[in-house]
Parts: sequence; structure tokens; C-alpha cells
Amino acid sequence: METVLKKAKLSRNDIDYVMATGYGRRNFDPANGELSELSCHAKGVLFTNPQVRTIIDIGGQDAKVLRINDKGILENFMMNDKCAAGTGRFLDVMANILQMPVNELEKRAELAEKPAKISSTCTVFAESEVISQLATGETVENVIAGICNSVASRVAGLAKRVGIKEEVFMSGGVAQNGGVRKALEKELKVPIKWSETSQMMGALGAAISAYEQVKKRGVLNE
Amino acid sequence: MSNEVKKKSPPDPNSAKFKLGKIATDAYVDAQAAKDRGEMIGWCSSNFPVEIPETLGLAVCYPENQAAGIAARGGGERLCNVSEDDGYSNDICAYARINLAYAKIKDTPEQNMPEPDFLLCCNNICNCMIKWYENLAKDLNIPMIIIDIPFNPDYDVSDAQVAYVKAQFMEAIKQLEELTGKKWTEEKFQEVMEYSGRTSRAWLAATSEAKHTPSPFNGFDLLNHMAVMVTARGKKEAAEAMEVLHKEYLENVETGNSTFRGEEKHRIIFEGIACWPYLRATSTGLKSRGINMVTTIYADAFGFIYDDFDGMVKAYCNVPNAMNLEHARDKRVKLIKENHVEGLLVHTNRSCKLWSGFMAEMSRQIAAECEIPHVAFDGDQADPRNFSEAQYETRVQGLTEIMESKKGGC
Repeated sequence: METVLKKAKLSRNDIDYVMATGYGRRNFDPANGELSELSCHAKGVLFTNPQVRTIIDIGGQDAKVLRINDKGILENFMMNDKCAAGTGRFLDVMANILQMPVNELEKRAELAEKPAKISSTCTVFAESEVISQLATGETVENVIAGICNSVASRVAGLAKRVGIKEEVFMSGGVAQNGGVRKALEKELKVPIKWSETSQMMGALGAAISAYEQVKKRGVLNE
Repeated sequence: MSNEVKKKSPPDPNSAKFKLGKIATDAYVDAQAAKDRGEMIGWCSSNFPVEIPETLGLAVCYPENQAAGIAARGGGERLCNVSEDDGYSNDICAYARINLAYAKIKDTPEQNMPEPDFLLCCNNICNCMIKWYENLAKDLNIPMIIIDIPFNPDYDVSDAQVAYVKAQFMEAIKQLEELTGKKWTEEKFQEVMEYSGRTSRAWLAATSEAKHTPSPFNGFDLLNHMAVMVTARGKKEAAEAMEVLHKEYLENVETGNSTFRGEEKHRIIFEGIACWPYLRATSTGLKSRGINMVTTIYADAFGFIYDDFDGMVKAYCNVPNAMNLEHARDKRVKLIKENHVEGLLVHTNRSCKLWSGFMAEMSRQIAAECEIPHVAFDGDQADPRNFSEAQYETRVQGLTEIMESKKGGC
């Protein structure tokens, strides 16, 4: 927190309310309140794109699909089960095997001629599958496209259970990966919006929520 | 400042909690006493018609009840490992793995039960039960009596189904008479039926008091009390204890008290078997947010009301895991509407493929009809390796935030 304040040239006294979110939200002592990343992603995305009705958030630890009602309120959600397949961690593991940074995956996926078939049920099994595909002469590009399809197919299953309602927006770190985004658009047959700041939507939502709390109290630092 | 340690006040022996707890504990003691007297005793699956051993005067123990107790006291993983070392897959029901392990090692610090002389199995709860009991029968070299009540794809129970199952009830009685030397009498059956009816009516009445806001009880109470509904429904003490429970809930309604501690901010229905190894974590996750689990399908499912033998047969064909999706959905919708439920929390129980399997579609239909949010979490009724508290917390918090926003907060 000190690093963030220093960068922003602020002190703790300049902050009226700290809202924590994410899996560590309950263990962050300086926080005044905590809100699940579900609500935070919904708030962040709706603040920037009020017409969105379905949010697909693929982060490091989990993947979730949020449905927003016509009043702009989160009304239901679906999350992945315990397996890391379909999450950002899956892509990290795969990038590691391929010995390339995770942000390289998108460019290489675009060069694929015929995406390889990669299992979508288990990260560890998928890892051994990637190794054996490469060993049998499959191109790296085809394997990467297969990896993106694998994430997309798993998350598309969640999205279909929640029910897709346009517009659809993708938040979370994996939104940066065009390979996954395009595979998802193909699976769901809808355009998917995203932004360069997709990964910040949870933090933005937490900040908005903190602002709402301060407004409720009626005292704002000038 | 003194180091005084607060002592828990002794339980009131006239309270329903004490009486119901005693009935559950006595079941093991009575079975052991019968065994010590040289009588034959059985192990029995949870939805086998309890009226049959009760009328014959046979003591039985319930492996599912024992497995839940072992899991709640921290022994689930240890016993699951014993079974897995013997070759049982960790994909099968953890109650089965725990019980098959217990049948082998015959002693646990958590909960012992006497070795059986016969097995009573009914597949109206799941088909895993059949293989589980067949293996027990082979390992222990004892007879197994099975009643086949198949999953009913139709909404109602047909006369043909009643006739098919009734013939098996009659055969089971005959087999048990021959095996144990005990005799079925109509007079004793009438008595058991009367107590079963009294117990069931009191249970339904007690659980229906959740219609009041706030509810006079914490729904987690039901997860404990239902053990008596499953195993001891036909006993006089069970009828009396359930009537005390209803009276206590009525008094709570009048005085505004509740066994749910704290402010009841939200009311949910919980779906699935309790996550016994993490009962505290799952309960605290709700209580800390002011969520009372006011009802579960158990509130409806264990109210066995019938007037005669055929009625009893029909009741056993109509238990939750044997009925079709539409019927099961309507029962839950009724509970949700009657008890002013605002959210649905589903335990995707790795042990129970049948129950968890149909919940995805049923949750969708319930949420659409009742306009409530629904959330599922991964867990297991007895294997602690299948639950993550952080994942549970996030889902419950998300559910809470949706319920709050629907009320205009958050």
C-alpha cells in the first residue's frame, strides 16, 4: 500500500475509505470494508460500459460469469469448480511449458493453421498433452491455439448455464489474450467487448464502492 | 483480572435438543446391548423402511449416520484412505468409503457400532448403495436383504410401482422372520405407524415455523435433528421429542426468540447433504453475514404421513432422490415461497453424484420461478479433501451481496 501511495504522491490521510477485494480481502488490515470480486467486477464494468449485461471474468484463481439485470444490478453468477482449467493459472502453466511469456500466446495463436485438441478437464493432464503433442511434431502455434480453445470452451460452458445476454464484456487478466477472446466469441456466437484496463475492473469497482460508502457517510475529504 | 473459565451450562434434560441427541446416541447403545444379549443386529441404509426392523423388534445401526459422525469429528480422511488403499476409487461416495473401511478395521475413536449379522439395503437413495452393501455382505459373509425402489421418471407414484415395491416389503419381512426368529404382528405395526405419524406431523409442524420472520430456529439445527427422523421415526420417544421441538419453536415465535444467534438479515434454502468435515466453516460463513438457512428439502422429505401399509410403501417411493426433477423442483419451490427464502445455496457434493447432478438444472428452474439468486460451491459430505474455504467464502459473499442489492443496499 505504501508503494501505491508513494507513486500517487498521497498519504494514508488522503484516503477516506479503503475497500478490499479478491481472495485476500479479509486479511488486509488497512481496509475499512471488503467486497467480493464478483460485485467489484460488476461495478467496475458497469461504470465504464453501462449497457453490458453479461461479464466474463477470467482471473488467476478462478473464472466467473456474471449476469446483470436491466437495472444494472448483479443478479446471478456462476464460477468454475475447483480445477484450474479455464483460469489464468492454466495459461501461466502452459506458457511455462512452452518457455514463453504469457503475453506472447496471443501473437503465436494467430499463426495457427489448425488448432490442436487440448483436454479441458484438468490442468495437469493438459500439461502432459501439450508435451506429447509437441513430441509428435505438432507446431507450437497449433498447440497454443488449442490451449486458447480449451480455456474458451470451459468458460463458455459456464456462460451458457448463466445465460448469455448482450452486451458481453470480458474483464480480468485473460481478457488481454486475444486468442482466448476470439475463441470465446466463436463458441458463444456473440461479440465480446474488452478494454486495455480489463484487468483493473475489480479494483475500479472496489474504488467506486469505497466512494459510495464515503458518500453515504456524507463526509468527503476535499 | 481473574482467569475464570466460563463453564458451559449443562443441557436441560427436558429440552428437545437433549432428548433428540439422546435418541441418536441410544441407537448405538441399544444395538450394542442387543448384540451383547446374543440377538442378531443389522446395518441399514438410510431410506430403508425403518418400520420393518422396528415392528420386528430388531436393533439396527445406520452406516451413513456413523460416517457423518466420523467425518464431523475429523476422521473422514483417515478412513477414506483405508478404503482407497484397498482399491476403492476416491470418486465413490465418502460414506461408502468410510463404512467399508470401518467394516475392515472395526474400531474408531470417533464412533463405533456393533458388527452386523445382516444388512438391509434400499436403493431409493442411490444405486451406489447396492454395490457398497454387496461388498459388505461379501467381506463380512452375512446376508443382505435388498428392496429395489427405482428412480421414478413420472411425477406421481403409480399403482404398479406400489405393487412392485410392496411385494418386496413382504418378502423382506418374511426373510427377516426366518433369519432372526422375530415375528411381525399387525398390532405392533399399527403402534409403529402411529408413532411414525406423530413424529412426522410434529417434524413438519416444527420446520414449518420458519414461515415466521425471524425464523424461530437456525436451519443448521435441522441437519442434526433429521438423524432421528431417518433412524427412529417409529419410536415413542421420537414422537415425544419432536412434539417438544415444535412446542419450543412455537414459544420462540411468541417470545421473538430464535436458536439463530444474531440478527437474521437474509433467509436461504440449503441444498444437499451437510459438509460435515467443515460444518463450522460452512455455518460460520453464513452466520457471520446474518444469513439463516431457514429450510432444506429435509424439512419436507422426512414427513412420512400415511394411513396403512400401501401408504407406507408409496411414501418410500416418494423420497427425494427417487422422484423426478419436476416433482423435486415443486417441493423446493413450495418451501421457498412458504418460508420467504431469498437465495439458494447448493452444495455440489462430490460424494453424491445423483443429487448434485440434477441440481444444476433444478437450480436454474427454481431461481427462474422464485426470482432468487442461486450459488453452488464444491464440497463433500465426508471427504475433507474436496472443499476449499476460500472458494466457499467468495461464493457466499457474492450471494449475500446480491441479496442485499435486491433489498436496495450494497
